[in-house]
Amino acid sequence: MSSATSPAAPGAARPAARRSRDWRRTFDRFGDGALYGVCALAVAIAVGALALSAYQVFDHASPAISKFGLGFLTSAEWQPNFDVYGAGTLLYGTLVSSFFALLIGGPIAISIGLYLSLLAPKGVRGVVSPLVEMLAAIPSVILGFWGLILLAPFVQQHVEPFLHDNFGFIPLFGAPQTTGASVFTASLILTIMVIPIIASISRDLFLAVPRDVQDGASALGATRWEVVRGIVLPTTAPGVIAASLLGLGRALGEAIAVSQLIGAGEKIDVSLFETGDTLAARIANQFPGAITEMHKASLYYCAAILLAIVLASNLGAQWIGRRFDYRRMAE
Amino acid sequence: MGEPAFDPAAPLTPTGNLRRRRAVSRVAESGATLGAAIAVAVLGIVVYSVFVHGVSALSLDFLLEGEPDGIGPALVGTAELVLIATLIAMPIGVLVAVYLVEFGGRLAAPIRLTLDVMNGYPSIIVGVFIFALIVEATHKQSAIAASIALAMIMLSIIARGTEEVLRLVPDAMREAAAALGVSRWRAVLTVILPSAMGGIATATILGVARAAGETAPLILIDSVWDGSHVSLDPLGPVPNIPVTIYKLSEEASPEGFARAWGAGFVLLFLIMLANVGARVLLARSRRRMAP
Repeated sequence: MSSATSPAAPGAARPAARRSRDWRRTFDRFGDGALYGVCALAVAIAVGALALSAYQVFDHASPAISKFGLGFLTSAEWQPNFDVYGAGTLLYGTLVSSFFALLIGGPIAISIGLYLSLLAPKGVRGVVSPLVEMLAAIPSVILGFWGLILLAPFVQQHVEPFLHDNFGFIPLFGAPQTTGASVFTASLILTIMVIPIIASISRDLFLAVPRDVQDGASALGATRWEVVRGIVLPTTAPGVIAASLLGLGRALGEAIAVSQLIGAGEKIDVSLFETGDTLAARIANQFPGAITEMHKASLYYCAAILLAIVLASNLGAQWIGRRFDYRRMAE
Repeated sequence: MGEPAFDPAAPLTPTGNLRRRRAVSRVAESGATLGAAIAVAVLGIVVYSVFVHGVSALSLDFLLEGEPDGIGPALVGTAELVLIATLIAMPIGVLVAVYLVEFGGRLAAPIRLTLDVMNGYPSIIVGVFIFALIVEATHKQSAIAASIALAMIMLSIIARGTEEVLRLVPDAMREAAAALGVSRWRAVLTVILPSAMGGIATATILGVARAAGETAPLILIDSVWDGSHVSLDPLGPVPNIPVTIYKLSEEASPEGFARAWGAGFVLLFLIMLANVGARVLLARSRRRMAP
């Protein structure tokens, strides 16, 4: 470093110094190039892995795609013994379980975000915020196991009968089954997984709402709730929707906990208290034991469908989030 | 709203309407507080029940012996998987972050989008992909394939976390280095990366915590093994904790459940420890970076 930092030396008089500087310059040029090259290679690996994964999944699914076509999406027939497959039940189970997870988890998560950003005293926020994020760190296999042993029996003995007795006129709340494994229980576990994602993003969004606008509303006599409803929620609505889509993506793709809890049902039931199955859970359950080529290809087909849905929801979230950022910058 | 004409002499007391608005506000506030309480309570219940059920299964033998008494080989195997995955994901993740911050340009936005998509990628799909790519080609499950899958899951966490701290490195430091005639690569290696070390370590630990509990890819890539003795061969399957818990939960035998609780407790304890550690580290390095 010394030669580069020393004041302009009379170069011609000291050829040795100049030679070392020239050498150093070449070396630095090489170093800069190498650093760029290595970084670009790392980026290429990351992007390539993602692209290759999508290609591999669709490529391996092609036998099933060409045999069953788009009818695969609606057919509820899944009979490995006859080598006939359709993902209707799985698609239905995936969408329903994730939808209810979002329906229950969304409002809870948004209210957590409101509490942490606007209501909680600083000390409480510093404790509760990390705790909520910690919820996302629990491995799904542990959450699923906990759900299987403790949550499912509780839900089956108490929650499901209660809902059935009081709201049984809604077809969703049919008669409880003998085991706790049901679409409803799986949804509850997905709810637990979705909450920390939506809560931590919406907390950050609410914290970014300019303080003076809120103070202005308060000064005009708005109550706290009116500030939230009139200012905080409307300005952050696109961001909250994006956060919910990210949470939805998480719920759609969860395989392990769902496969432990949903009961691997084979038919579409209106009642949430019946067993069902999802795309991801079916892959986790049957992939290791799949023997025939078509069985495996059908599971790859399921993975391709799941990939398409999750990509759509994630890209949707990014798109909304980005537009939201632009709008804010314009203000 | 039929208000009477404004009377400056009237005392400032809440009218019926204001009382209602205040009540609504109070209800909303307690609703939000309740939401937070629910989340903390769920975390508390899960951790508490894993702790209570897990502690009774815990003993030195449980941690050291192989199946059917303990989970020793699975612990060793999980450590190996996560170690290899970190060795793969950390350099790539850090370099991607350096690219984004130092060379970014027009490509930064699409790359960031790719990382975000990767972050939301279902882990079962990563498993299916690596199965198609490696396991089908080599006709056998292997620890190295599982580690690559875990690395893919860790990658976006490390890259985005590192990018965030690299952005915190003050531009003044880059400019100072440039003014002294230090070339780009030297500045990155000797000034920028060292000052972001704490953040890189945090991101890596968070990635490790995420990968350690990941089950879905391992079920496809690293699930057929004998858990009675330690095996370290990266070219063959190695026992691991997540699949152990998953298998035991499918078996439905009471003593299997007891072991699953024990294994779950050990795994959850390590992951929580890593998370708390990462948080402490992040807070410390943030404090150091802040002027």
